[in-house]
Amino acid sequence: MSGSTIAVAMSGGVDSSVVAALLRAEGHNLVGLTMQLWNQKRLSGYEGMPEQVHGRCCSLDDVYDARRVAETLGIPYYVVNHQERFEQQVVRPFVQEYLSGRTPVPCTLCNNHLKFDELLTTARQIGADSVATGHYARAEYHDESGRWRLLRGVDASRDQSYFLFGLTQEQLSRTRFPLGHLQKSEVRELARQHGLPSAMAEKPDSQEICFIPGGDYKKFIDAYLEESGAPVPETEGELVTTSGEVVGRHSGIEHYTVGQRKGLGVATGSPLYVIEIKGDKRQVVVGSGDELYSRRLRASKLNLISVADLHEPMRVTAKIRHRHQPAAATAQQIAADELVVAFDEPQRAITPGQAVVLYDGDVVVGGGWIN
Amino acid sequence: MSMRRVYMDSNASAPLLPEVLEAMRPYFMESFGNASSIHHHGQQTRAAVEKAREQVAKLLNCRPAEIVFTSGGTEADNLALFGMLKPGDHVITSVVEHHAVLNACRELEKLGCAVTYVGVNAEGVIDPVEVRGAVREETKLVSLMMANNETGVAQPIEESGEIAAEADVYFHTDAVQAAGKLPIDVQKLKCDLLSISGHKIHGPQGTGALYVRKGTLIKPLFFGGNHERSRRAGTENVPGIVGLGKAAEIAYAGFANGETEGLRALRDRLEHAILEGIEETGLNGGAAERVPTTTNIHFDHIEGEALVIALDLKGLSVSTGAACSSGAIEPSHVLTAMGLSPAQARASLRFSLGKHNTAEDVDFALSIIPETVARLRELSPVYKRQRVAVSS
Repeated sequence: MSGSTIAVAMSGGVDSSVVAALLRAEGHNLVGLTMQLWNQKRLSGYEGMPEQVHGRCCSLDDVYDARRVAETLGIPYYVVNHQERFEQQVVRPFVQEYLSGRTPVPCTLCNNHLKFDELLTTARQIGADSVATGHYARAEYHDESGRWRLLRGVDASRDQSYFLFGLTQEQLSRTRFPLGHLQKSEVRELARQHGLPSAMAEKPDSQEICFIPGGDYKKFIDAYLEESGAPVPETEGELVTTSGEVVGRHSGIEHYTVGQRKGLGVATGSPLYVIEIKGDKRQVVVGSGDELYSRRLRASKLNLISVADLHEPMRVTAKIRHRHQPAAATAQQIAADELVVAFDEPQRAITPGQAVVLYDGDVVVGGGWIN
Repeated sequence: MSMRRVYMDSNASAPLLPEVLEAMRPYFMESFGNASSIHHHGQQTRAAVEKAREQVAKLLNCRPAEIVFTSGGTEADNLALFGMLKPGDHVITSVVEHHAVLNACRELEKLGCAVTYVGVNAEGVIDPVEVRGAVREETKLVSLMMANNETGVAQPIEESGEIAAEADVYFHTDAVQAAGKLPIDVQKLKCDLLSISGHKIHGPQGTGALYVRKGTLIKPLFFGGNHERSRRAGTENVPGIVGLGKAAEIAYAGFANGETEGLRALRDRLEHAILEGIEETGLNGGAAERVPTTTNIHFDHIEGEALVIALDLKGLSVSTGAACSSGAIEPSHVLTAMGLSPAQARASLRFSLGKHNTAEDVDFALSIIPETVARLRELSPVYKRQRVAVSS
């Protein structure tokens, strides 16, 4: 064991801290790394953005916590700056997706381009062979197929495999997920057992997007655009029904997401939901709850993990967003980069910009981005 | 796991010399009196403080009474600036100053002072003509560092001192990185104020001094007792001051006894071996006059941060010299002012030697730097793209 070094991606939270403790106890050479991804104070002067930010991803508080854990465990610890790439690969696309009427999944982009790309490169450059993270997921080599596989974490309520569908074989071969076999409750108990600071075991999980303190993505987008000084694109337009009747106006397509009910400003007898966002026409299509259901979707920018291709249709369960019960479906790759997923039962609010992730039991088959 | 560790980051902090520790030792336990007390204990420590004052004065060629002990270089710089200026005054400084001077100037601007920040050329040197050109009626003070902490580049202080004298404005120089490396004579430099720092000359952290030319009226930053001739209130940090004094004495001797020149030879060997032995490297500020102990080199197509970490894990301590403020990491304002691209600034490392460094240290560094740079480049997508572009 003494030859190889594992880089632990440490956020200062209980999950990655326990990862470091577990690997240390197994006798591995470790180096702790925190990525500096976003300056939390950058937009704090803009309207609606909080002034004081504490305890958000890569804030000074988090770095402090991660550093203390590293010191407690006796491992070297560094903060590495990947701000530019994070802005290019996660933040800018996030804003652009919303401006195009799509609902992005920034955490997946961060995994694809930062955590398992930039960070992995840095880890290898400094002499580590692999990166370990606190994701609730499992990675293993499957002898029969000769492929690396990604599986759900055993704690179904914490499973983060949805966000990891973009990992390549190369990336998976250099990744460890020590928490994939554990329940969250076990992890907190392990934090206590390993003598990690008691406040850490009790730290609440972060639910928000890490670079949006306070969680108001609309204010974030406005502030980001204002800061850029570029002319703010016109995104207001018409509210129309599914039959094309104009029933009002909306404040900007980036303020809406499919399935949304609130904030439509239209009073009718029955509840209205956002059915579709037509980016090019700047229209938000509204309709009844029934109109939200659909059976088919197309996806592109595919990444397949457990199989090399899906030219033959495959029976799977599929998730159309992180908080979604995987639903039975048939998936097939109909072109080099096009996937069709046909659900057995209609699904509510299939949203362009989200990822569709296909499962074969606990195994992640792969996924793509919903068109 | 005990691994060989070599320290080449003396510009950040220079390791305490054993003689300095020995000089300080009695002042922790046996001689603990407050230097202002009239009894025996106070007299002992008072004597030690005054001896240290003489040692520092000798390093700078000034009178002991002109030395004000502070908590470090930052306090000395702040005392010089806030102590001399009032709203409406104009001060001339440079873009490559240490943040202690730059941020103090920014605060002074908020308080109603005007500041001119003169630029530097590609070697990081200011043009004294520009300083002269910036002088106007409200100019009260010129503040220019004697040597830069990141690159070791020396500024034309004597010339600038002349200009300030002619214009009848006060002249402060931040000599924190110059003390012990370049000879300092405040009479020759014609400066009115000069800052030094203990831990940059192998003395203890948390100590420093400001030279204040006799007749220069300076407002104190702290109010309390009349310490330091009413220029800096607060009970003297006796062990620290004793250490600073001893370090100053050793620094002064280092010029005559060849120690400082010996470090120049080590630095030159390290620098040449890197520049000649590793492709696509370049010296930052190489054509300028520099302190003999520092070299700042850009290693193209890699991240300097990753190189520092990789070298640290192999036992070599160096730095990128980039400023780190409130969690956000900015590219070096010094390298940027010298015209380096952000990529080259981020690819720059600073090696700064101290009296503890030996030829074996340089051998060790040279045994690990080339292979480490090669590994980083091998794994760098940027380097690969660049190689493809070059070969096609």
